[in-house]
Amino acid sequence: MKRKSKQLKWNRKHLLGLRELSAEEIGYILDTAVGFEQISTRSVKKAPPLRGKVVVNLFFEDSTRTRTSFALAANRLSADIIEFTKKASSVSKGETLLDTARNLEAMGIDIVVVRHSAGGASRLLSRNINACVVNAGDGYCEHPTQGLLDVYTIRKIKGTLEGLKIAIVGDVAHSRVARSDMWAMTKLGAEVTFVGPPTLMPAQVERLPVKVSYCLDEVIDKVDVINMLRIQFERLGGNPFPSIREYSHYFGLTAERMKRAKSDILVMHPGPINRGLEIESEVADGRNSVILEQVTNGLAVRMAVLFLVNQAAAQRIDY
Amino acid sequence: MNSGLLIKNGRVIDPANGIDKKCDVSIVEGIIAEVREKIADRGRGDCNFTVVDASGKLVVPGLIDIHVHFREPGDEEEETIASGSAAAVAAGFTSVVCMPNTNPVIQCETDVEYVHRKARQARKTHVYTMGAITKGLEGVELAEMGFMAQAGAVGFTDDGRGVQDPAVMLRALKYATMFDVVIAQHCQDDRIAGKGVMNSGYQSTILGLPGIDPLAEEAILWRDIQLIKKAKVRYHAQHISTAGSVELIRAAKNDGPPMTCEVAPHHLLLTEECCGEYDTNFKVNPPLRGQKDIDALKQAIADGLVDALASDHAPHLQSEKELEFLAAPFGIASLECALGLYVKALIEPGILDWPGLIHLMTEKPAKVIGIDKGTLGIGKQADVTIINPNAEYKIDVSKFRSKSRNCPYHNWVVKGRVERTIVGGEMRFEA
Repeated sequence: MKRKSKQLKWNRKHLLGLRELSAEEIGYILDTAVGFEQISTRSVKKAPPLRGKVVVNLFFEDSTRTRTSFALAANRLSADIIEFTKKASSVSKGETLLDTARNLEAMGIDIVVVRHSAGGASRLLSRNINACVVNAGDGYCEHPTQGLLDVYTIRKIKGTLEGLKIAIVGDVAHSRVARSDMWAMTKLGAEVTFVGPPTLMPAQVERLPVKVSYCLDEVIDKVDVINMLRIQFERLGGNPFPSIREYSHYFGLTAERMKRAKSDILVMHPGPINRGLEIESEVADGRNSVILEQVTNGLAVRMAVLFLVNQAAAQRIDY
Repeated sequence: MNSGLLIKNGRVIDPANGIDKKCDVSIVEGIIAEVREKIADRGRGDCNFTVVDASGKLVVPGLIDIHVHFREPGDEEEETIASGSAAAVAAGFTSVVCMPNTNPVIQCETDVEYVHRKARQARKTHVYTMGAITKGLEGVELAEMGFMAQAGAVGFTDDGRGVQDPAVMLRALKYATMFDVVIAQHCQDDRIAGKGVMNSGYQSTILGLPGIDPLAEEAILWRDIQLIKKAKVRYHAQHISTAGSVELIRAAKNDGPPMTCEVAPHHLLLTEECCGEYDTNFKVNPPLRGQKDIDALKQAIADGLVDALASDHAPHLQSEKELEFLAAPFGIASLECALGLYVKALIEPGILDWPGLIHLMTEKPAKVIGIDKGTLGIGKQADVTIINPNAEYKIDVSKFRSKSRNCPYHNWVVKGRVERTIVGGEMRFEA
């Protein structure tokens, strides 16, 4: 399983999205994460590579697990971590994102982990500050470390993504996870199907490298992995489906539906789960569920990302 | 002793009078006196001409831009009527029409008079203004169109927004038939557009930004074409941007109620792909669309369906354009390089020749807003622009007279440099 990419030299000091990464680069991050996985199982859960470095968690949106996971990843690599949480304002009043970041930079930070409600926010930062920028979710553009931990989890269990059939189910239109998953999974050779009502599909979805289905029942028995997206009530505009009851009827992952699935199907969810809505508790906690493994693997993946961007910055190679 | 101006040996293009030939233009007391070959340096009576040699240059009626935002009153840090006017004459425009979405909104006669007073003080270009259709641009109650028209407003629009309620729009159209004005619409259905910040499509999907479907524009345009069948008023669709809109206008102009429309340079030159790096200088409303929309707009221009080229000059502060793409304001500041952009979009690919382009920048827009301008007719006020059609230059936003720099064309090389701008017989700009 451990396939260290030999030729590749990682030279990106930012991780903004998976769209621009090659399959080799994604593989390189995953291989790097394999090495870091062991740190969490040692008696001394710390390694020195980021000693003396400052990582700031710049979060303009609520988050618990991603923020904690990054903080822990930074800690394990011996970095100092600063938490900076602020509600983003969509109006042009008050301190701007750039001003906030420039102020933090003036205090001498090395890596900014940023979550923001606006697509492209991390890209905006990367163009305007010298520190490394790691995107922890920008609007519904990308959530690259989630995409990485998803493919890491699949690769760890299935050995490879090559040829796997993967369904991503739910509110694809407003999901940064769906986008990052799509880029990572398809680059690594999987066949991805977006499943959900047409009202939750993004514009011109047919131009994306995925299949589209409006019927979970047609897909459930054919896939090796199913990733259930969280219904994000805060992002849903208007009334894209008539009721939660009807949504669950068509797109919920129920125990009944699971009877038709392959016996070794992996059930994934980026969390936090709406139990009984997109996924029944019995399935979320069932034997096919790898939801908690995703969380565990997220730590190793984020350590790898922090390690790699810092290394690229240290080599003064800008991408 | 009277003084006058004699522009010699230029290629005089005056589409309104069917003139396109090498000849001279004389101006006496601010009025076009003669347009013919070989006018003597010493004029009739005791008039002494100042002679301008225009050999190799185009001598055209002063250019007209019927869609600019000069931000005054309210946002003078972005633009003022003085800075905008200076930019206008430097770009060859002798008449511009300001949009009323200032702060406060231009919605009563004193607001209109304020714009005119600031323009007189600036003493650069003729500045006209439209007034709001509805109070506060809120789309509910009609603004005082009559008083504003009396004060000189050339038309009405809620530009920046569309009038959403069809009953309100119908009322506005009917009411306006009392006056000789144009009702101009920013065609956008807010419910379809939602919180969109760019065109809805593949690009918005991969950038994770909310999109504005072309239908938002087309639905309102279609609706308005139905409404104007009920009200005989001049109706003008502002900055149309989609292939679907072109088809609606083609049908209306073929077999429907009279209407006019305008196209902005960015909708002829830039596509939604330009937003790929989240550069907010490409954030504009209506948004940049696809290549097929550009092709359709160019075809519409070639087919004579478009009545005006209008920059939709929308200056914004650097600090605002530095925000996230989601939060930054819509708008491109392009007045100062507009002519070169039209040359690149329309003349270089052979869609229009120079007379065709000048027609869409002079007489035709003048007719849209109902002003007696845009020609070099004898006895008309002497607004004249002299253009070097072959001079290439690099657009440099740092040299803009406009206060704002939110222009995505920085460092573009364009052709067609404005050499002189004469407004009311006075030389207001010399390159």
